[in-house]
Amino acid sequence: MRIRRVLRLLPVLPSVLLLVVFLLAPVVWSFHASFTDAALSGKAAKDPQWVGADNYLRMFSDDSFPLAVWLTVVFVAASAVLGQNVLGLLIALLMTRSRKAVASWVGTAVVAAWVLPEIVAAFAAYAYFNREGTLNQILGALGGDGPDWLYTFPLVAIVLANTWRGTAFSMLVYRAALADVPQDVSEAALMDGAHGWQRLAFITLPLIRSSIATNLMLITLQTLAVFTLIWVMTAGGPANASTTLPVLAYQEAFKFGDIGYGTAVASVLILLGMVFGAVYVRLLREQRP
Amino acid sequence: MTISGLRARKWTESTTAGGSSRSRAKVGADIALAVIGVCFVAPLLWLLLAAVDPRAGYQTRIPEAASFDNFRAVLTPELLFRPLANSFLLSAGTAVVNVLAAVLAAYPLSRYQSRFNKPFMYTVLFGTSLPVTAIMVPVYGLFVQLQLLDSMAATVFFMATTTLPMAIWMTKNFMDSVPLELEEAAWVDGASTMAALRGVVLPLMRQGLAVVFIFVFIQAWGNFFVPFVLLLSTGKQPAAVSIFSFFGQHGAIAYGQLAAFSILYSVPVLVLYALVSRGMGSSFALSGAMKG
Repeated sequence: MRIRRVLRLLPVLPSVLLLVVFLLAPVVWSFHASFTDAALSGKAAKDPQWVGADNYLRMFSDDSFPLAVWLTVVFVAASAVLGQNVLGLLIALLMTRSRKAVASWVGTAVVAAWVLPEIVAAFAAYAYFNREGTLNQILGALGGDGPDWLYTFPLVAIVLANTWRGTAFSMLVYRAALADVPQDVSEAALMDGAHGWQRLAFITLPLIRSSIATNLMLITLQTLAVFTLIWVMTAGGPANASTTLPVLAYQEAFKFGDIGYGTAVASVLILLGMVFGAVYVRLLREQRP
Repeated sequence: MTISGLRARKWTESTTAGGSSRSRAKVGADIALAVIGVCFVAPLLWLLLAAVDPRAGYQTRIPEAASFDNFRAVLTPELLFRPLANSFLLSAGTAVVNVLAAVLAAYPLSRYQSRFNKPFMYTVLFGTSLPVTAIMVPVYGLFVQLQLLDSMAATVFFMATTTLPMAIWMTKNFMDSVPLELEEAAWVDGASTMAALRGVVLPLMRQGLAVVFIFVFIQAWGNFFVPFVLLLSTGKQPAAVSIFSFFGQHGAIAYGQLAAFSILYSVPVLVLYALVSRGMGSSFALSGAMKG
């Protein structure tokens, strides 16, 4: 009986194997390598030495790491929590009031930026924020003179680009959530004379709060991991002005060949992801006992 | 969800139709939405116009002499066909591995009660939250040690693993919606568990499997960072990586070709996405992925 019960779980094995070999092992290896001087080439590549917490101590004496943490926090807060989340909710709310044709046209436009392959979206954003690009053409037509966004305001450019790229996800989440809001509740509030803002703040938002929480966790995790968009648009530059943690980990490991330090930065990022992931799992568990 | 969504939409339509202040609010919402829509389209305009402009720059402008020269220039075996074939191999391979592993894993999780189920599903969910870009440095190290670097098969298995947690969740949800009674009938007729899975369960959830396949395929097709780090020889690189090298080498001169290349590379995923969202509504597929 016991054996049969174990045998029934056998089909799960291929998935478990894949997850252990390609997900768990790299994570474990990352924490291990971050305590060594492993390198891309040279003597340390063949025979990495244990260096204790040196890599982690270096993070705090090195200027680029605290800057990267700060840039990552700003990038996530501005483009995900504020940009994608608020804009996605706004679009979803407007769609419940607008004409159907307008809603579906705008929905397609927003989703297009999200469905395109990452690298293509990044090229489009690169061209858009280029000195001669579309944004400056628009500003020029309005009588202004736009700066060279990618060099002068690289952080602004990547924040706007990531908002443009990712808002569709929040919009889809909130459209689904708003469609589930029971109509009689808002109808009753309407009868009681509640204004638009009051209905939004006291009825709609509390009713979809679990969707808001889930959405915030997911877009935070997605934005933490953004690499391609930044790499194509600014490559982390100029200097380190747009080097977020994934870009820093990549540069240290592959540009400077310092796998040890690169994995240390990566390990910090993995830990951050784990914290948010744990909160996310808890949220979902509470929603469905 | 979809039914209540439809009802809600009908309700807003019927109520907003009456009263002039309501219809004014509707016009306001239309205008606000249209402005947002224009902002979202603006960055894509360059892509479309530059592709048919043989003398394109980074400016968005109506081409003086529109032509398909840019497309013709990139339609060569080395530039386009081989990278696209590689993209297809990687994406289809990733999707097949995902669907196979996810179906096998989802079956016992969906059909048998076990203490093991819940912790496993939540661990899998936790796995979806690991930032893949952070894992790339250690994965590179691991691939070097296992001598898997520049191997397409190993890249497929790694890419499949990054999307596997999502695929297991979606597949289990789709399988949960197949009633157990049908399977029991097949068992009574003497079918084995696996025969019932193949003959009864899978055919009933083929739409769901198509969604999982296409979702994984789209993600793999658009993936740049993983093949960029793990595949070194140009003969094995997918379009995402070759287009990036093209941009690095010719980006400063051949803007129009870059745009044309980008469009040709994007068309397959746009078509697939349209297929999925037309078939069952994107919110449906998304809720399958998110809510469980």
